[in-house]
Amino acid sequence: MHNSLDPRQRTQSNMAYLRSILRSGKNAVPAVLRREFHRTLQAAMQVTVRDAIKEAMDEELERDERVFLLGEEVALFEGAYKVTRGLWKKYGDKRIIDTPIAEIGFTGIAVGAAMAGLRPVVEYMSFNFSMQSVDHIINSAAKTYYMSGGLQPVSIVFRGPNGAAPGVAAQHAQCFAAWYGHVPGLKVVSPWSAEDAKGLLKSAIRDDNPVVFLENEIMYGVPFEMSEESQSKDFLIPIGKAKIERKGNHVTLVSHSHVVSRCMDAAAVLAKDGIECEVINLRTIRPMDMEAIETSVLKTKHLITVEGGWPQFGVGGEILARIMEGPGFGYLNAPAVRVTGVDIPMPYAKLLEENTLPQIKDIVFSVKKMLNV
Amino acid sequence: MQNMLTVVANTLKGGAKINGSRVVVSARSFADLTPQASFDIKRCDLHRLDEGPSVQTVLTREDGLRYYRTMQTVRRMELKADQLYKQKIIRGFCHLYDGQEACAVGIEAGINPTDHLITAYRVHGYTYTRGVSVKEILAELTGRKGGIAKGKGGSMHMYAKNFYGGNGIVGAQVPLGAGVALACQYQAKNEVCVTLYGDGAANQGQIFEAFNMAALWKLPCIFICENNKYGMGTSVERASASTDYYKRGDYIPGLRVDGMDVLSVREATRFAADYCRYGKGPILMELQTYRYHGHSMSDPGVSYRTRDEIQEVRGKSDPITMLKDRMISNNMASLEEIKDIDAEIRKEIEEAAQFATSDPEPPLEDLCNHIFFNDTPFEVRGTSPWVKLKSIS
Repeated sequence: MHNSLDPRQRTQSNMAYLRSILRSGKNAVPAVLRREFHRTLQAAMQVTVRDAIKEAMDEELERDERVFLLGEEVALFEGAYKVTRGLWKKYGDKRIIDTPIAEIGFTGIAVGAAMAGLRPVVEYMSFNFSMQSVDHIINSAAKTYYMSGGLQPVSIVFRGPNGAAPGVAAQHAQCFAAWYGHVPGLKVVSPWSAEDAKGLLKSAIRDDNPVVFLENEIMYGVPFEMSEESQSKDFLIPIGKAKIERKGNHVTLVSHSHVVSRCMDAAAVLAKDGIECEVINLRTIRPMDMEAIETSVLKTKHLITVEGGWPQFGVGGEILARIMEGPGFGYLNAPAVRVTGVDIPMPYAKLLEENTLPQIKDIVFSVKKMLNV
Repeated sequence: MQNMLTVVANTLKGGAKINGSRVVVSARSFADLTPQASFDIKRCDLHRLDEGPSVQTVLTREDGLRYYRTMQTVRRMELKADQLYKQKIIRGFCHLYDGQEACAVGIEAGINPTDHLITAYRVHGYTYTRGVSVKEILAELTGRKGGIAKGKGGSMHMYAKNFYGGNGIVGAQVPLGAGVALACQYQAKNEVCVTLYGDGAANQGQIFEAFNMAALWKLPCIFICENNKYGMGTSVERASASTDYYKRGDYIPGLRVDGMDVLSVREATRFAADYCRYGKGPILMELQTYRYHGHSMSDPGVSYRTRDEIQEVRGKSDPITMLKDRMISNNMASLEEIKDIDAEIRKEIEEAAQFATSDPEPPLEDLCNHIFFNDTPFEVRGTSPWVKLKSIS
């Protein structure tokens, strides 16, 4: 929208824009959606997040000779979570490389290859193992273009499952969105749906900068409808743009990754009580789409961020700080609030694990508490 | 029975060690059973060592039965875990140890309970040999409050006295083990630390950093590589430029041992413990072993190796069968005795499984406890700012 205006003017013009949409009829937006839905229904198909990720890699490997994939068990074993199934058979040893269990070693090797002009995609069996590689991700990849005064770009993607998965316990369940989101020089993407996964991974691979691509094991097997457009080989979703998954007027829920599913479920529950949530799927952690959040807050006047990660210094904390510092604060009718994972290492026992992540009832409770209902 | 053995022993006193192959099999009664026998074991391959462990070892009936019982308990416990996992009563990660029992049991037989041990995630066998009951292990796998970690750790995070887990990050346990060895040296109690890792982990850089410091500072650390030929789905040839894991400590002396023979493992461990206990520095052992299951319960284990290979190892090199055959053919145990032991173990496992499936889950009040040690209670943020939980040490 009108980015050249100063914040106050931008807010006012956004308001005017919003009012014009709403004035055109309460049903204008849903009707448009419905029409689009019918048009694409014939060619739409159900695709799991896992297959969408694989398709993205397959298409980019085909498109650009410089793209190659490396990681543990990605070739012969077809991926620890079967995300790379079939790729080694199609592209062979040169493009799909099985590494020994040596995270910082192969991450360094991948970043070196990127410096010399190739476009590696590094798979971590879990982002928990990327902790071993953090030095290369940050000191060798993220900072280099800046340190070299623009001489040495590093075009690389680091991807793999991040965050919670059932029963994996403390060392395998940490969410790294805030850790990587903290670093200038990195782009950090956190897809939710199959469409997100495909469009964003393609953009990440084509991006000339280091991109941390945070998948989630819980989402791998979840099917989503993918439009005909999203099945094209040039379908890209821009990094840095959030998506409104559900429109509403009463409260804005901002989330990313598998937790978006919980927000959608909570929104359905709240709708029965006449509370309409607007659910924003962040899609990208860095650079974060604050404009989308502010636009929504202007309308709903209530903001709740929802994430699986730990509360202290988290994604929600950053959003709330920026709202405080920006135009959004003036529109809030209640202090913005974060719904997060509990501030403890992930326990193993099922009952404890369930109570460590935000459940649907926690989101519903927070909304009602905020709206005083 | 003890008296009968004493009688037999006294009768045979004055004679040299009994050559196992010449004992006549007599009528089945405990009085006729041989109290001990000498066995030939494979010579170890050596690296930077002039001599290695003895190629003959004496096994007493008592020890033999104990090793048999322990290995069989680990075997049955792992198979029970397999069953419980398939019933979805165990969730998440579950890496089973069946096939490798001779390693855990042989190592424990070669060290003292006051020595220390650390390993990676294929840990249930070591948790047992280090003194945790089957009940507490299975209950931890099922996530109940009676589990050794109160249900909060799961399969890969079990601990006990002088046993430091249970580590989920491949290779991380090796510097940790060298650190335990540093503490042993510091506290000057002549204790050693056994630090285990696999063929896959052998390529981790931090292992070489630990080797260097252990050698430099002469830490009493026995590094042991359990080479079961596959790091998850990757065979050793595809992962390692050198598969002579016992040589990869370079300046650290090493030996390669038949890890399917509990007596070989015991002898080698005794040798290694003697070497490093009194200030000579670290030593490295490679145990050649095999796992019957896949890497974990989500790996069928047959996409990267053949069923024939698995069957062959089971048929020719099973550690439990090998020990049993040795003892029976040398008249050190009767078939009935073995059957009785098996029956007892089966019962013990069943009871443990019963407990593990009926014990309640840890209570919600325990959710935030055990964050800090020896600290005052504090508040923990729940899922929203309105949910305030409590943490007690």
